[in-house]
Amino acid sequence: MDILQLLVSGLANGCIYGLIALGFVLIYKATEAINFAQGDMMMLGAFITLGLTNTGYMDLPFWIAVPLAIALMGVFGYLLDLIVIRRMFGEAQIAVVILTIALGFVMRFAAGTIFGHEPQSLETPYAGQDLRFGGVVLGVDEAVVVIATVALTVVLFLFFNRTKLGVAMQASSQNQLAAYYMGIPVRRVQSLIWGLAGVTATIAGVLYASKGSIDPSAGLLGIKAFAAAVIGGMGSLPGALLGGIIVGVIEPFASRYVAAGYSQIAPYLLLFLVLVFRPHGILAQVHRKKV
Amino acid sequence: MRVVFKTSYDHDIGMFRHRAQATWYVLLLTGVLALPLLLGSFLIGEMTNMLIWAIAGMGLMILVGQTGQASLGHAAFLAIGAYANVILQQRAGLPFLVSFPLAGLIAGAAGVLLAIPTTRLHGIYLAIATLAVSILVEDFIVIAEPLTGGVGGMFAADITIFGYAINRYINPDAFYWLTLAVTLLVVYFYRNLLRSPLGRAFAAVRDSEISAQAMGVNVPRTKALAFGLSTGITGLAGALMGHYSGVITHENFTVIISIQMLLMIVIGGLGTIHGAFFGAMVVVFLPQALSFLRDWVSGMTGGGSVAISGLETAVFAMILIAFILFEPMGIYGRWLKIRTYFELFPFYRKNMFRRQKSYLKTERMR
Amino acid sequence: MSPLLEFDNVTLSFGGLVAVDRLSFTVENGEVFAIVGPNGAGKSTAFNLISRFYDPVEGKIRLAGDDLVQHPSHDLAGLGVARTFQNIELFDQATVLENLLIGRHRFRKSNLLTEIAFTPFVRDQERQHRHAVEEVIDFLDLQPYREKRIAGLPYGVRKVVELGRALATKPRLLLLDEPASGLSVEETRDMAYWIEDIKKQMGITVLMVEHDMHLVSSVSDRVLAMADGHKLALGTPDEVQSHPAVLEAYLGAGDTADREAAE
Repeated sequence: MDILQLLVSGLANGCIYGLIALGFVLIYKATEAINFAQGDMMMLGAFITLGLTNTGYMDLPFWIAVPLAIALMGVFGYLLDLIVIRRMFGEAQIAVVILTIALGFVMRFAAGTIFGHEPQSLETPYAGQDLRFGGVVLGVDEAVVVIATVALTVVLFLFFNRTKLGVAMQASSQNQLAAYYMGIPVRRVQSLIWGLAGVTATIAGVLYASKGSIDPSAGLLGIKAFAAAVIGGMGSLPGALLGGIIVGVIEPFASRYVAAGYSQIAPYLLLFLVLVFRPHGILAQVHRKKV
Repeated sequence: MRVVFKTSYDHDIGMFRHRAQATWYVLLLTGVLALPLLLGSFLIGEMTNMLIWAIAGMGLMILVGQTGQASLGHAAFLAIGAYANVILQQRAGLPFLVSFPLAGLIAGAAGVLLAIPTTRLHGIYLAIATLAVSILVEDFIVIAEPLTGGVGGMFAADITIFGYAINRYINPDAFYWLTLAVTLLVVYFYRNLLRSPLGRAFAAVRDSEISAQAMGVNVPRTKALAFGLSTGITGLAGALMGHYSGVITHENFTVIISIQMLLMIVIGGLGTIHGAFFGAMVVVFLPQALSFLRDWVSGMTGGGSVAISGLETAVFAMILIAFILFEPMGIYGRWLKIRTYFELFPFYRKNMFRRQKSYLKTERMR
Repeated sequence: MSPLLEFDNVTLSFGGLVAVDRLSFTVENGEVFAIVGPNGAGKSTAFNLISRFYDPVEGKIRLAGDDLVQHPSHDLAGLGVARTFQNIELFDQATVLENLLIGRHRFRKSNLLTEIAFTPFVRDQERQHRHAVEEVIDFLDLQPYREKRIAGLPYGVRKVVELGRALATKPRLLLLDEPASGLSVEETRDMAYWIEDIKKQMGITVLMVEHDMHLVSSVSDRVLAMADGHKLALGTPDEVQSHPAVLEAYLGAGDTADREAAE
């Protein structure tokens, strides 16, 4: 029963890591770039929702605030690529990493200046309710996290396989030049993927902030989510989710069965081991450079 | 652009391109040596801090700028250097003159140890592995309380060299000269490295591993050496940092510091010694400049001084964004352009410096 | 006396795909030996086998009787094997001079400590390296580019720099992977002269992969024609060009124009 409880609480955290990791992988697959600001976009999405719905701010109904925030962050992601990231086309991968780290700092500053640096919690209609299954207690907020993650996964799967835009995105991520020749507007598709990354980040942010509280440095969670993405394999969307869940589950177990301080260490130790023994993650294959 | 007429191979091997350049550096050296006579103790303290960051930056630069291996984990080696130095002094009773180089050696050995399993990794994967190391070391400091003092940290005693005590607050000038001596030594070693075979092997690994191999460069060994040198120098900076701040805790060496170190050398200009110094200047003097500016603005408007938290980091980040987008060669690259402009005036052409892809080549394996 | 290079029944496969199939040939001291064949015939793979980027599944590769499989890739330069690459693999952020100096890495006698102290020994070694490199610069007429960064140089010059870097290692055996690809008619003619001089003046054995049959027949002593990883014909350029199996491989597998269009 104890194990089950740990598993359940780890699963909810893991879903959030997985959702942020999804954003990393989306952008990596499409543009070979790593968006280190993904965690900060999650934080920004959460704060925008909070600003729209919390009493004391704009006080809109939760179910209006969330789609609105998602739309805003989608546009934000799109514009970010259009105005900044696109200029880096053809530059070294690590230059983009450094650029997005810096962008993350700026986002953190912006959020801190507007909303303050104190932790705040997002007001949700389902706050504080519990579900009980035998001895296992599951907060409604945690259930919502899991359900939303599953739903988003299904939607993304359908989007990438059934819609014209989704197929175009897949095509341009697999071979940009060929996609370009086939008449796919590769640049616009890339901006749209950044928009999509903004959308998933916001969903992750809303779920995160409704489970606990959010402050401007919450974006640092992105580092852990990035670790999850690498553990799962940077090239695969299911891998990202799997990596997130592995990291989420390993944390409570490490702190329960090893010692309290080790829940921080465990994910990175795992990351290091994965990198050393399976450098390209659990669900990805390796290509050697050809000469 | 000066035309240099070369008559012997020593012209290429020499430290300086021509006599005028040597003269400038001698003047600069005289200037920095005499600085304590001109500045008050606060500014000398800041200068010392800048030099320490420049040493750390040079350490990272060897790895990132010269060898092309991105590290987001160098705060870990600052920490190893700082803790090793203090622990050797307190627990083993070693004097500074022994514990300081040993701290560098230990940090260097740790770097080689890290390099052994990670030399197969490239670009972003290496960066994330080093990032993990940074986080692990930070957590280890907290967990290994008997050794490191845990969250309470450790006190670094005064430096004693042959009975002469050096403390940042009591005799800041002595601390400055000590740091300057270490800085000059590191610059000298770095410069020698650049003009010898190993430095070229580093560049070979950076630009094309496959043909470095074909030229007889043992790539994993060269990378391990670069790691060792880099982390060793960073460890020295860490040891000085410990004495500079007096108390060391895990909070001095967070992953954010690791990230900031990489950003620092990118702003300064990757691949050059100058870049490490320019970057350190930005990191140390930007907060001073901002607070000066804030006082000036509030003096003008007559309002009280308002502290905006996080402003320094944000301005730092925005400067970095501007450099990456418009001047990927960093401050040093900009400086070269300005200098050439004046040397050639009025014949400077805008496309004289072709925009080149930045130093870090990471797409070795996809 | 054993031949300089010997392929003895060498096979390499990637998964199910056989890239080199029981290939045997020898390269004698002092000759220019060319490997020709359509794309995917396994020519570059043969080069990469010599460079030790791949391990043969079967068979032996010997350099002057010495089994190469025992040596890691970075030993090859020290054994006297230098190479160029099909798509040019220079050190882009370094100057021409520095690139050539890296070619001298196999002669490094100094170590980390003597180098960072820059002892007189290191200085002397540097002088020798530079002297050797200047000879290569003179030989290939690279003087105008000595201090230039590779990243800004035209393709034809880079090709020459890469040849120079290989020569700076003072090899016994020089591997040239498509030395004329992407070069103009004049540049190809220069390349042909240099290959002649490398053989005659420096006494270096040359093994090359090349598509340009004109270049191949003008400089090489012997030619090996390959298709699908195995040997089609081996002999003088004229013999190989008129060999029925070669004609069939070229004409049967689509004519030359098609092949070039596909590149």
